[in-house]
Amino acid sequence: MAKPKVAFYWCASCGGCEEAIVDLNEDILKVVELVDIVFWPCAMDFKYQDVRNMKDNEITVAFINGAIRTDEQEEMANLLRKKSQLVIAFGACSHMGGIPGLANFWDKETIFESSYGKDCPSVDNPDNIVPLTISSVPEGELKLPAFHNTVKSLDQVIDVDYYIPGCSPAPYLTMKAIGAILAGELPKKGTVLAPEKSLCDVCERNETKPEKMSLTKIKRISEVIADPEKCFLAEGIICLGPVTIAGCTNEGSGRCITANMPCRGCYGPPPKITDVGVKMISALASIIGLEGEENMSEEEVEQLMSQIEDPAGYFYRFSLPKSLLRRKRMN
Amino acid sequence: MKKEKFTIVTFLCNWCSYEGADRAGSARLNCPANIRVIRVMCSGRVEPQFVIQAFRDGASGVLILGCHPGDCHYKKGNYKARRRIILLKKTLKQFGIEQDRVRLDWVSASEGTRFAKIANEMADTIKQLGPLSELEALN
Repeated sequence: MAKPKVAFYWCASCGGCEEAIVDLNEDILKVVELVDIVFWPCAMDFKYQDVRNMKDNEITVAFINGAIRTDEQEEMANLLRKKSQLVIAFGACSHMGGIPGLANFWDKETIFESSYGKDCPSVDNPDNIVPLTISSVPEGELKLPAFHNTVKSLDQVIDVDYYIPGCSPAPYLTMKAIGAILAGELPKKGTVLAPEKSLCDVCERNETKPEKMSLTKIKRISEVIADPEKCFLAEGIICLGPVTIAGCTNEGSGRCITANMPCRGCYGPPPKITDVGVKMISALASIIGLEGEENMSEEEVEQLMSQIEDPAGYFYRFSLPKSLLRRKRMN
Repeated sequence: MKKEKFTIVTFLCNWCSYEGADRAGSARLNCPANIRVIRVMCSGRVEPQFVIQAFRDGASGVLILGCHPGDCHYKKGNYKARRRIILLKKTLKQFGIEQDRVRLDWVSASEGTRFAKIANEMADTIKQLGPLSELEALN
């Protein structure tokens, strides 16, 4: 019997998800023994035409990382969907839009202005040249992928079977997923292949959390040295643990927490949460300024809450395109 | 009456504001026809998600009314609502949604006139701001 065929592709991403595959270390040899890698532009020499030449559903599983930002990415996502039996959104960017998704606080025009415009201090561009989709040169026409106004997650462009979350996905989750695919033991379509519990549920610091919290001071992690054992939220440092699933490590508190950094939410929310930000607003409103709330004026409450400098950017750091509002309204 | 083309989803707490709205009705006070009332047990029950979902489903404004501070039937629900809505409004601003589209205020069971006043003010504000058309396109 022929070996199952596997494809990897990257869209708008940093390359960290490719690293995450390499991070399988020796395990990657086991994978290569069991499957044929038929497409992986980052690591091996294949052309788009090779994929176009394949029969429909010829690829067993395609792992696509990165958000969708250009029409080339959209086209490749569609092509791989057609040629693959299973498509897995690999990593936070294809799962929820990820860091590139934060571009949805701007639009194409403002992004081009800040990258190529005259107000960008590191750019010398007196003729105001910007990348065009089609430009004519003496040799003929040059074509660049069109740049979309809005960044999308993979499932906003094509049908996605499963998600492997994380920035970047933990190698053990990837191995588990590959094992499940090869054994044909996959859960319901649309499942995020990671634990369903929230990070707080498994966090070792949870024990230090007081019964009742009433914060008066919100601290930014860049301004303080956090206590290596105490719950971040109890210390006044915003941690997205309550609205994020565990799974970034096989056991224990998770990668960032172990490195004494609060959770930033890259694994996305537990199944019952549709929008991370609004849940985090609720969670923080339940622990800030409870003490003496009866005697606080409207202004005092406002001042207390204004310590959270950039709520949208902080809460939706990895999930803006998948949030209920998806992007900023530009007038 | 001229038909207005916008909707204000209005969450009223069961114990004070709903009664207040009722009183406005029995006193035959003029209230805008755009408001759509949803009765909740407490203003503290209104999650930020309800507000955003209302916008996504085509509402142009969201009005949340609860008991006056100190009068909450559940003691502290309205304080929680107050903190939530402040943070939500700040977040909405970052999404390019005018903060005036969300209003949290207090109306007691006896304040029919106050209810009518707030509802009319809200309708005027939303009329000036116009509909949230870009969000409808998401559905």
